[in-house]
Amino acid sequence: MSEEQIKNLETQFEARIARDEKIEPKDWMPEKYRKTHIRQMSQHAHSEIVGMLPEGNWITRAPSLRRKVALLAKVQDEAGHGLYLYSACETLGVSREELYEQLHSGKAKYSSIFNYPTVTWADMGAVGWLVDGAAIINQVPLCNTSYGPYARAMVRVCKEESFHQRQGYEIMIKLANGTPEQKELAQDALNRWWWPSLMMLGPTDAESIHTEQSMKWKLKRKSNDDLRQQFIDQTVPQAELIGLTIPDADLKWNEERQSYDFGEINWDEFWQVVKGHGPCNKERMKARVGAWEEGEWVRDAAMAYAEKKRNRKEKLAI
Amino acid sequence: MKNKNLYNYILGIADNSLILGQRLGSLTGHGPSLETDIACTNMSLDLFGQVRSYYQYAAKIAGDNRTEDDIAMLRKEREYVNVLLVEQPNTDFAYTMARQFLFDVYHLLFLQELQKSKDLTLSAIANKSIKEVSYHLRFSSDWIRRLGDGTAVSHQKMQDAMDGLWTYTDELFHQTEADKIMVAEGIGVDVTALKEAYYKKVNAVLEESTLQIPESKWFQKGGKQGVHTEHLGYLLAELQYMQRAYPNMEW
Repeated sequence: MSEEQIKNLETQFEARIARDEKIEPKDWMPEKYRKTHIRQMSQHAHSEIVGMLPEGNWITRAPSLRRKVALLAKVQDEAGHGLYLYSACETLGVSREELYEQLHSGKAKYSSIFNYPTVTWADMGAVGWLVDGAAIINQVPLCNTSYGPYARAMVRVCKEESFHQRQGYEIMIKLANGTPEQKELAQDALNRWWWPSLMMLGPTDAESIHTEQSMKWKLKRKSNDDLRQQFIDQTVPQAELIGLTIPDADLKWNEERQSYDFGEINWDEFWQVVKGHGPCNKERMKARVGAWEEGEWVRDAAMAYAEKKRNRKEKLAI
Repeated sequence: MKNKNLYNYILGIADNSLILGQRLGSLTGHGPSLETDIACTNMSLDLFGQVRSYYQYAAKIAGDNRTEDDIAMLRKEREYVNVLLVEQPNTDFAYTMARQFLFDVYHLLFLQELQKSKDLTLSAIANKSIKEVSYHLRFSSDWIRRLGDGTAVSHQKMQDAMDGLWTYTDELFHQTEADKIMVAEGIGVDVTALKEAYYKKVNAVLEESTLQIPESKWFQKGGKQGVHTEHLGYLLAELQYMQRAYPNMEW
């Protein structure tokens, strides 16, 4: 294809996105679009799969049968999200095994928030309320993103995330209205998860490297800072409603902006965790790599059995 | 308690699902593939769903203030009456699937009979659970076949798992005192009558999977009397942690 022809295709492609048309797997697309989408979708898929670990950590210790069932269902939803996001990546010509390899080798990233430990039951509330809350704010705009399979996956993901967020908040309500000891658990969890949740919405706009191109492709519709502000404005009243205190001395309603002003985020901590030195980075990777390696003989057996079955069928056909 | 036998009988059914559900739940996020992870979590969910129905019914029969969670999480180790099979650890995926299969075959046969119970609540729970357990059995049987007739490594691991767990199968067909009384009243299932169909089904799947049917004639028992293997205590320590550390609270 000549350079001019490619230029032409690119112009048509950008025009389709500008018209809000969906790009489908078999459509022509610029290589950079394909790569950016694989990167973002796989990062999202990895986050779902690694995200199963901190919450899976409390399945066996959930305080009641009702909570246990809800937590199991939630973590199972996350596995499901991972599954269809990996499938969406496959539509762009990359296999799940390749993506796992990228995760296990550290080449691919996942959301840093999952490198924090879940140390008490209240963390199940805080993670649902804050982490899923922040995820929704990030993800709702993606229901209208330009790549069809991603957009459709996100519609379902967002519905389930929104349920998880309410479920997490409900755990917090119960704790906040419980005994002093339970209320303390809730406040402690909020103290530990608040700042990492704010960081989850990404570095400040000045430091974010992917924003401009992603905006054009509707992979991103608002800047990190705008999303963060939206999250804070939405969450502060929820904390107040149940009598919990946001751990930020500088948090103040700004009448003029009709928004909360908030304190400075410790970006050193953010980069420390992103670069692999958070409290649980090593444990999370060890768990994922361990499951994959220990499962190898199982996957091999399934393939060998399928092959045998196919051969037998063929023989019968002859 | 007015109907102590029925209460004990329900616990005898439900504790199996509780302990197996707990075992499966601890695997979530660590499976050999996403698909198996989702499936095992799903089976755990089904089992806990059944447990809740049984314990809620038991709590009603007890007629005091006890709740489903009190029954699930506040008994002492000698008061759990699940069979030894379901408390065996998740040694590897072969053990997990062998344990599942050896229980599922029994579970389905049991529920098909419980469905005919004169007790309408038990019959209704059985009716709902049969759909779930049929799926469990399909899933676990498929994995017995895949691992048994897969590679040399998987064959050996599955054979080891079957050999290791076989000793716990006979207990499934032991009758407790509560069983006998409930059978006589037309409420309970005569488990002794399920034995033949059980081994017939199990053996057929094993043969199809190129596995040896374990020959051991020595069997372990005790779970139904609350005398468990050493594994159960640790499982209960996790299961009960919150209720013990934070007593009398609502969650």
